[in-house]
Amino acid sequence: MIEDYLSLFVKAVFVENMALAFFLGMCTFLAISKKVKTAIGLGVAVIAVLTITVPVNNLIYTYLLADGALAWAGMPDVNLSFLGLISYIGVIAAIVQIMEMLLDKYMPALYNALGVFLPLITVNCAIMGAALFMVERDYNFGESVVYGMGAGVGWALAIATLAGIREKLKYSDVPAGLRGLGITFVTVGLMSLGFMSFSGIQL
Amino acid sequence: MSKTREILLSPIFTNNPIALQILGVCSALAVTSSLNVTIVMCIALTVVTAFSNFFIALIRNQVPSSIRIIVQMIIIASLVIVVDQVLKAYAYEVSKQLSVFVGLIITNCIVMGRAEAFAMQNPPIPSFFDGIGNGLGYSVVLLFVATVRELTGSGSLFGFEILPLVTNGGWYYSNGLMLLPPSAFFVIGGFIWLLRNSKIDQVEPVEYKLASHTK
Repeated sequence: MIEDYLSLFVKAVFVENMALAFFLGMCTFLAISKKVKTAIGLGVAVIAVLTITVPVNNLIYTYLLADGALAWAGMPDVNLSFLGLISYIGVIAAIVQIMEMLLDKYMPALYNALGVFLPLITVNCAIMGAALFMVERDYNFGESVVYGMGAGVGWALAIATLAGIREKLKYSDVPAGLRGLGITFVTVGLMSLGFMSFSGIQL
Repeated sequence: MSKTREILLSPIFTNNPIALQILGVCSALAVTSSLNVTIVMCIALTVVTAFSNFFIALIRNQVPSSIRIIVQMIIIASLVIVVDQVLKAYAYEVSKQLSVFVGLIITNCIVMGRAEAFAMQNPPIPSFFDGIGNGLGYSVVLLFVATVRELTGSGSLFGFEILPLVTNGGWYYSNGLMLLPPSAFFVIGGFIWLLRNSKIDQVEPVEYKLASHTK
């Protein structure tokens, strides 16, 4: 039992890394990775949001949207799965909003540190992607908690690493056309090549 | 008329959403290993961007600004659901290959970014063209990447053999790296380099000037 969860976690962090194996959350990944400090702040926010939203979406899918899920309400023939996309994004937006209010009230220091990144997380593809993968792979509730957390940790790890590399990279002499965005793409490509070496691991 | 033309054409090279504004990169990477899939993705995204811009521009004066993000999200999500259902009905194979990436059009920053930056300030018709233009700008990058990847990776375009492979008695050794996801980064990096060589004003400023070598 524990072993299954552990291997799912490791798989979500390394083998199926959200940023470097599936390229999700790339927009924020490339745009907000200039400084290690902000990158880590954003990473922590993503971990928190993913750990909450994936299980909540799992519950919504199992008890409201899946084929025959409404049997408990006396409607076994109803299949609402086409409403999936709109409900997941609604849930994500709502949870991000709630988290923002809670953080503002109880942890103002963290709230100020995260600043504008928190609302931006709503449109981070990694969050939505994790919800969709969770549905596609039929995770149960326990697995979805572990998967959400693992996916978040993987993404945070990737953005922190990239920020570290970019902080050093700005001192180097890059050809003019490649400066900034271009060289960042190449760097991410190399990182993702590195992460591919995990893909042979059997768990 | 020239204004419409400018709105339509400027996002393709001068103000490209992927190469300059860093929007919508996520799906650009994962769906580019074969041209068939890429074209479907490009059409889907262009349609969604154009229509979401159109509808958001229609109601831009009625929506209070405090809830505008949610309203935009709902419009975009409904459009994406329509596209997703159409693909499932008429192009099931491709829709399977695209897997979650059709759904991820919702969170594609191009759609959201254009809605926020253009459609909220402009009337419906120009917004519609802006959506098409940005969809085309996205498509240009994606098609470039997909062409390079499919041609060098499997020696074919649209599944038709262009470079005869050694395994089939030809002369071309296929480059397996180009079929792997990381190659998309290198190709996009190269695309940006090419683009910025012809459009010098897009080159980013130097953050630290290197001192000249001392003897």
